[in-house]
Amino acid sequence: MTAVISPVTSRSRTVRRRLGPMLSTGLVLMTGMVLLAVVAPHFFGEDASALTDERRQGMSPGHLLGTDEFGRDLFARALVGTRLTLLLTSAATAISVICGVTFGVLVWMMPARVRDLVLGANSVAVAFPGLVLALVVAAILGPGALSATIAVGVAGIPAFIRLSANMAAPIMVRDFVSTARLLGVTRLKTLIRHVLPNLGEPMLILSANSFAVTLTELSGLSFIGLGVQNPEYDFGRLLADGLPNAYTQPIQIIGPSIMLVLMGGAAMFIGDGLAARSSPRLRGLTRARRTGILTRDADSPAPTASQDAAQPASSIRAHATSASPICLSVRDLNITDGSGETLVDGVSFDVAQGEILGLVGESGSGKSLTAMTAAGLVPEGVNASASMITTAGHDLLGPTSAAELARDVSLVYQDPMSTFNPALRIGSQLTEVSRVHMGQSRTEAQTALAEKFRHLRISEPDECGRRYPHELSGGMLQRAMIASALLTDAKLIIADEPTTALDVTVQAEVLRQFAEASDSLGASVLFISHDLGVVESLCDRVIVMRCGEIVEELSGDQLSAGRAIHPYTRSLLNAAAYLDPTDKMVRKE
Amino acid sequence: MIANEWTVFAMRKAAELIAAFFALIILTFAIVHLIPGDAARVVAGIDATPDQVAQTRTDLGLDQPILTQFWSYFSGVLTGDLGDSFRTHQPVVDAIASRLPFTLSIAALGIVITLVVSLALGLTVAGLTRGNRNQWLDTAFGWSTAVVLALPVYVIGAILIVVFAVSLGVLPAAGASSLVSYVLPTLAIASGPIASMSRLVRREAAVVLEQDYMRTARGWRISRLRQHVKHATPNLLSSTLTLSGLILASMIGGAIIVEAVFAWPGLGRAVVDSIIDRDYPLTRGIILTIGGIAIVLNIAIDIVLAIVDPRTLHSGKVLV
Repeated sequence: MTAVISPVTSRSRTVRRRLGPMLSTGLVLMTGMVLLAVVAPHFFGEDASALTDERRQGMSPGHLLGTDEFGRDLFARALVGTRLTLLLTSAATAISVICGVTFGVLVWMMPARVRDLVLGANSVAVAFPGLVLALVVAAILGPGALSATIAVGVAGIPAFIRLSANMAAPIMVRDFVSTARLLGVTRLKTLIRHVLPNLGEPMLILSANSFAVTLTELSGLSFIGLGVQNPEYDFGRLLADGLPNAYTQPIQIIGPSIMLVLMGGAAMFIGDGLAARSSPRLRGLTRARRTGILTRDADSPAPTASQDAAQPASSIRAHATSASPICLSVRDLNITDGSGETLVDGVSFDVAQGEILGLVGESGSGKSLTAMTAAGLVPEGVNASASMITTAGHDLLGPTSAAELARDVSLVYQDPMSTFNPALRIGSQLTEVSRVHMGQSRTEAQTALAEKFRHLRISEPDECGRRYPHELSGGMLQRAMIASALLTDAKLIIADEPTTALDVTVQAEVLRQFAEASDSLGASVLFISHDLGVVESLCDRVIVMRCGEIVEELSGDQLSAGRAIHPYTRSLLNAAAYLDPTDKMVRKE
Repeated sequence: MIANEWTVFAMRKAAELIAAFFALIILTFAIVHLIPGDAARVVAGIDATPDQVAQTRTDLGLDQPILTQFWSYFSGVLTGDLGDSFRTHQPVVDAIASRLPFTLSIAALGIVITLVVSLALGLTVAGLTRGNRNQWLDTAFGWSTAVVLALPVYVIGAILIVVFAVSLGVLPAAGASSLVSYVLPTLAIASGPIASMSRLVRREAAVVLEQDYMRTARGWRISRLRQHVKHATPNLLSSTLTLSGLILASMIGGAIIVEAVFAWPGLGRAVVDSIIDRDYPLTRGIILTIGGIAIVLNIAIDIVLAIVDPRTLHSGKVLV
């Protein structure tokens, strides 16, 4: 085996890098096993079976693993046992693979009803413990190496039937298959031409894993006395012979145990290595850096948290908002992805208390990233830095209190169908903050939630909390999310395209409730949208983002008067002019 | 309407249960008939006299028409009469009843431990390695589970015996005399399934943790533990349980082998002896019992699945 590992030339190193550490380890180990199976009986056969007077010896240079009660060398026996073990395991695996694939593909030759029945029965067989199936075969054929091999091989068939039938399924319903049938190509031909080539890789992975399982079960049968019988021996038989002596001579179990682990591990590593290679997502990830971090800009001064610091960014606007206190303040926000590419570049803005600020831009402009970072939730895959982020009075660049932040900042997301947890009741989810961070009891929180539901005129407010998300419509869920902002008296609501996933008719109602809610709370809102029509009707002020930068800042009046200067904003406005869904039904002073 | 869904579900599961049991009865019935050559001759042994062979043929009921044989076997199974053991001449049902609790207890204990440990382990690893954090843990987890998976249950058992019973002398190596005797067999039977299942959980958890609703939960700034236990686990359970039926059912096989390692007085030891002795009534009875447990276990998983994730009520588990 050492001969296989030692020549680590630059070429073999490249091979290893391409194959991945697991696959190359597995292949090297398995090659070693095969070589051992070929040569060991020649060199060690005599030591392994010769009865000597040196009985029950411990480890010594002459007997590396000692001797058994008949004076046979245990190291030699462990090596020689490789041949029979490898042969039987390979044979059993071959039975599983060949029978399973043949049958799994042929099942598509049957009429649909018969096929469903067969596959249904097969799925029961798959869930049936393989060893019990093997016991049935062993009971029929009687104990012995041959019957154990057949037993384990047969027990492995259902898994391969399932895999190959599943792999064939999507191909058999494709258009070109029905076309081929119209043209008179037989099913069998289609199966051989289109299905079998696609089976290759997954079949190899399953075969490698199945080899490991087969090894375990086959040696297991030998171990309990139903497999290989004395005087023949495989690893399982050797272990069974050694175990009764564990108290007096524990060394006896070492040889077969190590060999079993090496051989099983080799197959397992090959299977895992192949699987890792076939999923490129995992492979690409291994080189990336850690992400999801928010840091203070190294070259910027610590925030003075004064109004002066906010001045440069808001210089464009000479608005009433500068008089009221600032609720959200972001300075010099930079966001980069894992590979260091800049996604948001030096963004600074403020949201005054009670103000609704629209953040507009096409998808990929960095608006959602900006908003999420402002909420202190830097997504995985990117890193953020800023000279200042003060959110609802909390300095996010320093240590913050999760409880206060959760209470003060409320989030509403884009797609209510995916932002609600499908496995939990609505009420249980939406009262999370009030129960965890505000110390309310379950019933207190539920009652308060029902009251907010009633306030937002949600139908059946008392029952709604007991529903699961899939029982409600998207608009209803979004309104329920707004209710949770009311529940905690949020100071800042960050809404990431809250109406985009909704029907146009529902949008208007949700938007109105949104405006009402923020009004009654006196909360500030950072409202992200790509729809200028929606933003125009709702927001006091609008920031337009493009390619990670702020290109223009407008008051709501300027926007509705069409007084945008930047050509990008103008093009957005022109695009929106064609579909202006919302009348002025939403709040506007 | 809710009640109606559950009725349909219950009826479908009942039908599956009956069909699977019927198949199992046919399978066990066929054991004797599938023996190559003259079954009576094989069972009686090579050096049996013609009289003994004839006697064996009567004992096996092989002199009757096959439908008569099946009917008497089938009705016997339904009334709890599995015949008498050839060797001990004791009713098979009694032999099974005295041994079943030992097998059931280690299998059940093993399943509970497997579920709890692999959920915790898989979820923790998935959480810690999220977004390329702790790459070393990712690698260590992959390799160590692969090694444990490569360790057959009897090797683990042997190692446990050498370490805890022989070297340290703290736990008994054999028998089922006291509660401590459960420790080593349960550990041995659970470690392999824990390795494969925690891999499964970890893979599923990696998907669940990236879902939008987990971002929502992070937005509420609740503790990592609460995020995982309350918000991730229920979603994990449905996907994990669907796939883990196999792993759990294989633990029954593991229980059979583990009994040989620890001289455990359960069904595993008995079924092996019965096969070697060609004691067919006992073999049939035990395989019927073990297979029945596997079937019930699978149905139980489906039911738990429907309770945990009501959506599976409508669609049901995908058959193929």
